[in-house]
Amino acid sequence: MTEPADSKRDSGRKERLVTLRPLAPIVPPVNVSGRALMVVIAIMSFLCAVTLGAVTMVQEKAEAWQGDVSREITIQIKPEEGLDMETALTEVRDIVLAVPGTLSADIVDRASTARLLEPWLGEGFDMDELPVPRLVIVTIDETAPPDFAAMRQTLAEAVPAATLDDHRAWADRLIAMARITVFIGVGILTLMLATTMLTVIFATRGAMAGNRHIVEVLHFVGAETSFIASQFQKRFLLIGLKGAAFGGGVAAAAFVLLGAWQSNTIATALNDQATALFGRFSLSGAGYFGIVGIVILIAAMTALTTRLTVIRTIREIDRQRADPSLAEIG
Amino acid sequence: MIHFENVGLRYGMGPEVLRDLTFDIPKRSFQFLTGPSGAGKTTLMRLLFMSLKPTRGLIRMFDRDISMIPGEELPLLRRRIGIVFQDFRLLDHMTTYENVALPLRVRGKDESSYRSDVIELLKWVGLGERINVLPPVLSGGEKQRVAIARALIDQPEILLADEPTGNVDPPMAQRLLNLFIELNRLGTAVIIATHDLTLMDRVNARRMILSEGRLDIYD
Repeated sequence: MTEPADSKRDSGRKERLVTLRPLAPIVPPVNVSGRALMVVIAIMSFLCAVTLGAVTMVQEKAEAWQGDVSREITIQIKPEEGLDMETALTEVRDIVLAVPGTLSADIVDRASTARLLEPWLGEGFDMDELPVPRLVIVTIDETAPPDFAAMRQTLAEAVPAATLDDHRAWADRLIAMARITVFIGVGILTLMLATTMLTVIFATRGAMAGNRHIVEVLHFVGAETSFIASQFQKRFLLIGLKGAAFGGGVAAAAFVLLGAWQSNTIATALNDQATALFGRFSLSGAGYFGIVGIVILIAAMTALTTRLTVIRTIREIDRQRADPSLAEIG
Repeated sequence: MIHFENVGLRYGMGPEVLRDLTFDIPKRSFQFLTGPSGAGKTTLMRLLFMSLKPTRGLIRMFDRDISMIPGEELPLLRRRIGIVFQDFRLLDHMTTYENVALPLRVRGKDESSYRSDVIELLKWVGLGERINVLPPVLSGGEKQRVAIARALIDQPEILLADEPTGNVDPPMAQRLLNLFIELNRLGTAVIIATHDLTLMDRVNARRMILSEGRLDIYD
């Protein structure tokens, strides 16, 4: 059955009239101030992530130095009249290997000792003509180190010419230096985070200032504060997340690329100089995890600032209500 | 429904712009609020909308003293009032349809439940062909009609309209007036602030005349 032509035309016209676009969001999509906020967040996230990465690298480097130094001890045997150096070295090695907490003990042989002294004595000197001390390098278990006092005592009894150097003085200095370095790094990171947070807060408030009329209209048509706050919060969380993810992502990618570049250009002049200046650009899992944390923190801070700004705006509107001197004269 | 008793209001340390206002707005009543420019009509409308508190006197709205109403309850009370602002206050990123549907949307209603009502109301105010248009493209009169439709959409208990026919031609003004009268017949108390004597002469309604901050009522 076919409908009359007029009826068809009418229904077609009605259909055309009621064609609606999907409902626009309550809070308008990103405008100029929103885009500016996103750029600010991206830049601050990038700087923050780079700082965090650098501090993580310094901290890991400091821990590595500390570990390298405290993992080894050295026993030095000074030549004395009547001392059979090779027997003494073997005896010392056997003594220390017997002590719990010792992983290995290696005698620095004559050739290696000569190489060690080469910078001072030159090539081709005869070690037998000089009273050159010899070394035993002992690797210890850091987690269960040996009893150094007991070891020192046993050595003094068995080989009086042997002295034990547990590198305590160096280790203490390096630990102090590492701690100061990490402390400075954490200080810089804290300042950077604080600056980022303040920048994000003020930029968010700036972007929100342009939306005051929307808050006001929603408030006056009966929207509750929590409804208005959640609408704005959703929009600004997205802005924060996009900006922070971009900034943090670029920083993480920079570490990956610099690390890859360093690995692929080993032994070139530029790489050597860069490595000497900055160390390895490799970032551990904790570093990347920290960058993800910064992204989440900045996005959350943007959303929270938005929520608080909406609540404050509504309070201001109500304060004008309570104090007419704050309101426009109408 | 609304009761004002010795209400006065001053801005800061200035003189009182409204003095000793005492009146009632009964349920289902229809009244015009008029007076010369600067007499305080908009200020009185703002007092009625609870967007200002008086500096003295008592205002009772819906049987409650408004000075005792906490801020978080205001949006819920305002849902019972429809308001047409003199400056329209439309949201520029929303179409005519979306602006009118806004009060229902913020109340959490599903779009399918109000879609046809909004379209019907827009047709009634002569905006049937402007449903998908954004406010910056609308003329002053069209914006005014959108603002009116937004105020009416949820059939409020009170309608406050500040110069609602200020930007429309006489036939449209009559049409809008008919709409207010129809709404009043359905039970809404209507308060229209206007300068338009012709408009007031068309309806036999109470006139509230503000002059130098004082109110005279002619029933």
